[in-house]
Amino acid sequence: MIKVNYIESDGTQREVEVEEGVNLMDAALDNLVPGIDGDCGGVCACATCHVHVDGAWIDKLAPMDATEDAMLELTDERDKSSRLCCQLKASPELDGIIVRTPAGQH
Amino acid sequence: MTETAVIVGGGQAGAQAAVSLRQGGFTGRVVLIGDEPVLPYQRPPLSKTYLAGELAKERLFIKPAAFYDKINVERILGKTVSAIDSRQQVISLSSGQCLSYQHLILATGGRVRQLDCPGAGHPRVHYLRTLADVEAMQSEFTAGARMVVIGGGYVGLETAAVAVKHGLNVTLLVARPTPLGRVTSPEVGKFFEDVHRQAGVTLCCNTGVSAIEDDAGDGQVAAVVTDSGYRVLADVVVVGIGLLPNVELAESAGVACDDGITVDEYGRTSVGNIYAAGDCANHPNPIYGRRLRLESVQNAVDQGKTVAATICGKDKPYAQVPWFWSDQYDLKLQTAGINSGYDQALVRGDIASRSFAVFYLREGRLLAVDAINRPAEFVAARNILSKGLSVSAERLQDESIPAKALADQTDPLVTENTAPESAQLSAQSGVQKRSQSNAIKHDRVA
Repeated sequence: MIKVNYIESDGTQREVEVEEGVNLMDAALDNLVPGIDGDCGGVCACATCHVHVDGAWIDKLAPMDATEDAMLELTDERDKSSRLCCQLKASPELDGIIVRTPAGQH
Repeated sequence: MTETAVIVGGGQAGAQAAVSLRQGGFTGRVVLIGDEPVLPYQRPPLSKTYLAGELAKERLFIKPAAFYDKINVERILGKTVSAIDSRQQVISLSSGQCLSYQHLILATGGRVRQLDCPGAGHPRVHYLRTLADVEAMQSEFTAGARMVVIGGGYVGLETAAVAVKHGLNVTLLVARPTPLGRVTSPEVGKFFEDVHRQAGVTLCCNTGVSAIEDDAGDGQVAAVVTDSGYRVLADVVVVGIGLLPNVELAESAGVACDDGITVDEYGRTSVGNIYAAGDCANHPNPIYGRRLRLESVQNAVDQGKTVAATICGKDKPYAQVPWFWSDQYDLKLQTAGINSGYDQALVRGDIASRSFAVFYLREGRLLAVDAINRPAEFVAARNILSKGLSVSAERLQDESIPAKALADQTDPLVTENTAPESAQLSAQSGVQKRSQSNAIKHDRVA
């Protein structure tokens, strides 16, 4: 189990425990975190699970593949910290990670 | 009396409508009625990762039960709605229960088109639409088993891909000259035909089924008889030959239907306070200037949002670019738009490399793309279509221009904007054009 902090655009923070190997989109869904829809079920096809990853954690993430990179272009608020959280799997080095949900997804 | 919104149908559109009603500020009762005994779930994985045993059942559900509790959505599951009294605004369940509504959303989806030939009821013949369908065939889905897949659409191809990877001996029977004949071009269909053959699927095109026989009289092995006279033995048969929209309930209540339940751009049907969304709904699409009935997650989600917005008094016309995806082997097919009526198919990239896109144009204007392991082209096409841009055929095919930049320069000949740096202007003119066509469409619908 690792701790993941989801921060909504209005500042609401939720710390949830996530089993290793579970992706942060499913974890958000399981824990009723708003602002993360995951319409395609986590196959990187819809770009509705966009998050901004807190700076300290970006380098600890597995690099994004071409599909994720392309799909992020469909989001309005893309920046260097943007990821699709269906592609981020919980692992020990991500314990304590902070991700923010963009306003446009609420 | 509390205002009540009743949603008939517990699929993707119904679930979305429930969530969006709450997000839109609807404070009355929300009742979601589904005829399957489970919470709304995602159907796409049924012929992909779930069939492959790679996805846990809990992961199929769109939201956990606790979520619906939290947003106060009542669920009536495993029950069917037998009648609508639109005058009294009351629905009746087959259990005898009645419910009053102020808003009624029909998200009744579709049912599989059944095989219509002698012997079609053989116990080894299965369909793939529901969780129960997958569970019913699971014991027969074992390595070494002989499987015949009837139908060369998404479901048939995905099922064949999963099965052959799982060690089954798969024969795929396709009625049309190429697979995916209803939704794509012969070029892309031929590509998938080759892919499946290389993966070990025995694939026969132009092949219909004339009968299913019971091979040994014990119900264990089906013999699929083709119209060309072959007899293929199968331990398991999977039929994927399309979907029929569930319109009967709507029709019996006097709601206008024509290939689905007819709705306007706000999801309203011909009867007051009754709305429809998802696979069952036939909507006016401003991008294509005609009516469409779409069977997709995108459409279910977006129309669920549309009807909820209408009920919440935040009317927002539905004007989405349709999109679809299919996962087969190492290939991700992403389609944006509808290619129907195209007069030009442009291949970007090399088909043999298994990473290419086919753009479909009519009179020089983009209609759709099929992107195979080319997500950037898929995204570019969605942007071009949603903004109503014109990008020249030469540009679309020019691989020296990154896909991301395809929409940066629009075609002056088509957009009437001659300044090359006028992408912004062109985008605006595209939007104006769209809103004009919207208005025309609106008039026509009204």
